[in-house]
Amino acid sequence: MLLTIRDLFRFSPAFRYGAIILALVFVLVGLSFFSPYEPDVNRAVPRNKPPSDVYVFGTNSNGQDVFWMLTFAVRNSLLVASLAVVIGRGIGVLLGMISGYLGGRVDRVLSSIVDSFIVMPRLPLLILIASILRGQMTMASLGVLLGLLDWAYPSKRYRAQILSLRERGFTDTAVFAGMGTLKIVVQEHLPFLIPFLLADMVSGFLFAIGFEITLSVLGLSDLSTQSIGTMIYWGNYYQALLSNRIWILAAPIGASIVIVVGFYLVSLGLSRYLDPRTRLLRLQVKTT
Amino acid sequence: MSNILEAKDLKAYYMTQAFGVRRTVKAVDNISLQVRQGEAFGIAGESGCGKSTLLKVLLGAHEPPLTVVDGTVKYRFDDMEEIDPLALDERGRREIRWKKVSYIPQGSMHVLNPVRRIRESFHDFVRTHKKVSQAESWDMARNYLRDLGLSEEVLNSYPHQLSGGMRQRVTIALATILWPKLIFADEPTTALDVVVQRGVIQLLKDIRQKEGSTLVLITHDIGVHANLADRIAILYAGKVVEEGDTKEVLKNPRHPYTQHLINSLPRLDERSERVSIPGRPPALDNPPNGCRFHPRCPVALDKCRTIDPETITLEPGHRVACHVVAEEVSHAPVA
Amino acid sequence: MTLLKEFFLPRFVQWLVVIFIGVTVTFLIPRLSPVNPIDQAMTRLTSFQNRDPQATVALRESLQDLYGLNGNIFEQYINFWKRVLRGDLGPSFSSFPAKVSDLIGNSIAWTVGLLATSTILAWVLGIIFGSLAGYFPNRWWARLMESSVITVYPVPYYILSFVLLMAFTYYLPIFPLVGGGQGLPRLTLDYIGSVLFHSFLPAVSIIIGGVAFRFIVSKALTTSERSSDYVQYAEMAAIPKRKILISYIIRNTMLPQVTDLGLSLGTIFEGALITEVVFGYPGLGNTLYNAVNSSDYNLIMGITLLSIVGIATASLLVDLSYPLFDPRVRYR
Repeated sequence: MLLTIRDLFRFSPAFRYGAIILALVFVLVGLSFFSPYEPDVNRAVPRNKPPSDVYVFGTNSNGQDVFWMLTFAVRNSLLVASLAVVIGRGIGVLLGMISGYLGGRVDRVLSSIVDSFIVMPRLPLLILIASILRGQMTMASLGVLLGLLDWAYPSKRYRAQILSLRERGFTDTAVFAGMGTLKIVVQEHLPFLIPFLLADMVSGFLFAIGFEITLSVLGLSDLSTQSIGTMIYWGNYYQALLSNRIWILAAPIGASIVIVVGFYLVSLGLSRYLDPRTRLLRLQVKTT
Repeated sequence: MSNILEAKDLKAYYMTQAFGVRRTVKAVDNISLQVRQGEAFGIAGESGCGKSTLLKVLLGAHEPPLTVVDGTVKYRFDDMEEIDPLALDERGRREIRWKKVSYIPQGSMHVLNPVRRIRESFHDFVRTHKKVSQAESWDMARNYLRDLGLSEEVLNSYPHQLSGGMRQRVTIALATILWPKLIFADEPTTALDVVVQRGVIQLLKDIRQKEGSTLVLITHDIGVHANLADRIAILYAGKVVEEGDTKEVLKNPRHPYTQHLINSLPRLDERSERVSIPGRPPALDNPPNGCRFHPRCPVALDKCRTIDPETITLEPGHRVACHVVAEEVSHAPVA
Repeated sequence: MTLLKEFFLPRFVQWLVVIFIGVTVTFLIPRLSPVNPIDQAMTRLTSFQNRDPQATVALRESLQDLYGLNGNIFEQYINFWKRVLRGDLGPSFSSFPAKVSDLIGNSIAWTVGLLATSTILAWVLGIIFGSLAGYFPNRWWARLMESSVITVYPVPYYILSFVLLMAFTYYLPIFPLVGGGQGLPRLTLDYIGSVLFHSFLPAVSIIIGGVAFRFIVSKALTTSERSSDYVQYAEMAAIPKRKILISYIIRNTMLPQVTDLGLSLGTIFEGALITEVVFGYPGLGNTLYNAVNSSDYNLIMGITLLSIVGIATASLLVDLSYPLFDPRVRYR
C-alpha cells in the first residue's frame, strides 16, 4: 500500500501536485482546532477590515476574522461532503452488489427503479426539499440529503463492474474450487472494486462540495454554521462585491477552487495508475 | 529474378518505461530474409514468436514502443531503385502503400469500419492512393469483386451483416484492388472454418496468378503453408531457425524445433498419438542464453546453452541455425 | 416487428413509469411541508379588510379547491392527476391569481434559447477539441488544452459563473450585471443585439463547463478508438489523418455522444438555475428561485414536473434514435 503511494508520488505529476495541495488543505482543517475565535460569534473583531498583518485574510461584515472562519468553513464543507459520499456510495455499492450478484428478477426490478431515479432532476428536487425544510436544516442533514440524491448513478456503475467481474474466468475458477460466495466476493472481487471505488468516491466528493456550495449560496442550508458556501452567501448578503470588499469572497472562492482541483488531480493520478494498460507495464518482475 | 524484399540483421525491440519500470522485449533478434519477386514466402511459428512484430517492421508500420535497433529492410520493385520502408515519411508511405505494398490482416476481426458501408470503405482506401471519384471507385470495386468471384451485393452492406469468411475475402479484395506487387498476409485463415479457409486460400492463389504478385504469408498453420508457400521460414523466439523450399523443409526438417513441429501435425496415413514439445516458448523480455530453443530441445549440447548458433547453409536455399546440425554437417564425409 | 416489441415498447413503458413516479414525488413532497399555504394566502388576502365570517369560510373553501387540497390525500392525488393531464398546473401562490402555466410560459423562451444554443455549442466544441487532443496527444496544443481543462473541470459551476461575473461585469465592466435584454421585446436589430449582449456571459459560463466535460469524454473515447482494428488498418493504408479522425473515430463514438447531448438538452427544463440567479437572467431558473423564496409550492411543483417530463422524454427520444446512428442496431 505504502509502496503504491510512493510510486504514485514519484511518477505521477498529477498525483504529486494533488497530494501536496490536499496536504495544505488538511493543514488548514487542522488549524481550525486552534482558532482563537469561535465560529458562531459575531463582532469578535472590527468589521470589514482589508487583509493586514493582524487579520491575514481581513475581516467580514459579521465582525469575524476571515482566515479563521475559513478554517472552520473548509472543515465543515469537507465533513458534509464526506457524509454525503459515505451515504450515497454506501447505498450505491449495496444496491449495485445486490443487483449484480443476485441477478434475475431482483436485478431487473432494482434496475428499473434505479433507472427511474437517475432521470430525476436533482437540483429542483433538492431546492424543493431544502426550501420546505428551511430553517430546520443542519449541515449534517444536508450531508444526508446530498447522499440520498447521489446513489442512483453510482449503483448502476457498481452493478456494471460486478457483472463484468462475474463473467471473468477467475470467478468461475473460484466457484469450481468450491469457494463460498462471501469468500469470493471479499477475496477475489473486492481488490478490483476498491480502486474503482476510490476514484468514484472522489468524483462523489466533488459533486457534494459543488452542491453544498450551490445550496448555501441560495440560502437554503444552515446559515449559522461556517461553510464555504455560507461564507459566500454572507459575503453576497452584505454586498461584498459591490462595496469593494473582495477579500471576503475571494477567500472561500479561492479555497473551493484549490480543494476541488487538489482532489481531482489526485483522482486523475490514481485512475491513470490503475488503468489496466499501464498496469501491465508496471507489474514486472525486476531482473537485476 | 531479383529480390523484391530484403531484410538484413534486423533487430526490433519493444522498449517501455512506465512508473520507473524499464522493460525490453527482444521480439525480432537478428533476422535476415530474402524474398524473390513473384514467389510465395511463408513465415511460420507459434504465438509469441515474434511474427507479428516482424511483419510490422517489414512493412515499416512500427510505432513506439517498438523500435528498430539495428539492421535494414529494403524493397526493390521491377529493378527500380531501392526503397527503405523504415525511413519513409507520411507522404512516402502513402506513395507505396496499397499501390506497391499491401497488407491483408486477419479480416474476420474488425478491420472494416462498422459504421460505413463496404463500398464507402473501398472508396476511402482507393481515393487515398488514386484520384478517382466515388462513382469510379465503386465501379472499380464492383468489377474487381466480380473478377474474384465475389458477390457485388456486399458493397452495399455493413461489415456486421457479413459472415466472417465473407469479411475476410472482402478485406483481401480491399487490400489488393490496386494490384500491389508485394502482399503481406497475416493469419488470413485463422479463426475461419475449414471450408471457408479453402476459399480464402484459393482466392489468394487466384490473385497471385492474375497479378503475378509476391506474397509473404505469416501463419502458424503449417497446412496453409503447405498449400500456398513456395519457400518457408520457421521462426522461434524472435529468430529464424530454419528456412528453405517448403516441400524440402516439410519432408526433411533439420532443426529440432522444426522436426517436432512437423511431427506434431496430423497425418492421413499414420494413426499414432501426436506428440507436442514439452514446455512453452520463452518470454521475450528475458530469453534464454545461447540457443533460445535449448531448454526444450531434446538433443541440446553444452554449447547450446551459451552460444547463439550461426546460420549455416545446408543445400542452396536451405538454411538452419543449430549447433547440432552444424556438428553433423562438419563431421559428415565430403560428398 | 420484433424491433418494435423488443426495443420500443419497453422504453415507452419505462417513460410512463418515470413520469408516474415523478408526478407522485412532486405531489407528495410539498404536502409533507409543515407550512399550510392556505393560511398564508388567507393572511395575505384578508389582511386589509374585515370580512364577515361566512365570506371568509367561502374564501377558504375556494382556495382549498383551487390549490387542490380538498378531501383526503387519495382524493387530492386523483385530482392532481386530472389537472396535470389537462395541462392545468394550478395558480401560483405568491403571484395569485396568475396561473403557473403562464408564469412558466413567460420565462421559458429565455431559458430554452440560452441553454439550447450553449449546450449544442459546448457539445460540438468539446467533441472537436477532445477528439483532436485524443488523436494527437503529444502536441503542445493538446497538452495545453488538457491542462486547462483539468483546472476548469472540477470547479463547481457556481464558482465558475460567479468568478466570470466578478471579472467581466465588475472589474472589467464590459457586460451588464443583470437582465435579459435592453428595452421592450421587439424583433429589431437593436433588441436582438442587446439580447445577445446580455446572454453572452451566461452562455460562456455554460459553454466552458460543458466543453470541459465533453473534452474529457471525447478524449477518452478517441484514445480507445485509436487502438481499434479498423483505425489501425486505415492508418496502415496511409489514409489521411483528418479523414480517419472524422469518419473512423468520431463517427464511431457518436452513439454515446449523442446520448449525452440528448440528456443534456433534456435538462434544459431544469432551468439553468444557478446561471440565471448569478447573472440575473429572466428565465425559468430565476422563476424557480423566486418561487422557492416565496414558498410558492404550486410554481415549484409545476417547474419540477416540467423538468421531469422533459428529461424523461428527451431520454426516450434519444434511445429511440439509436437505430439511426448505429447500423448495427438498425439491421439486426
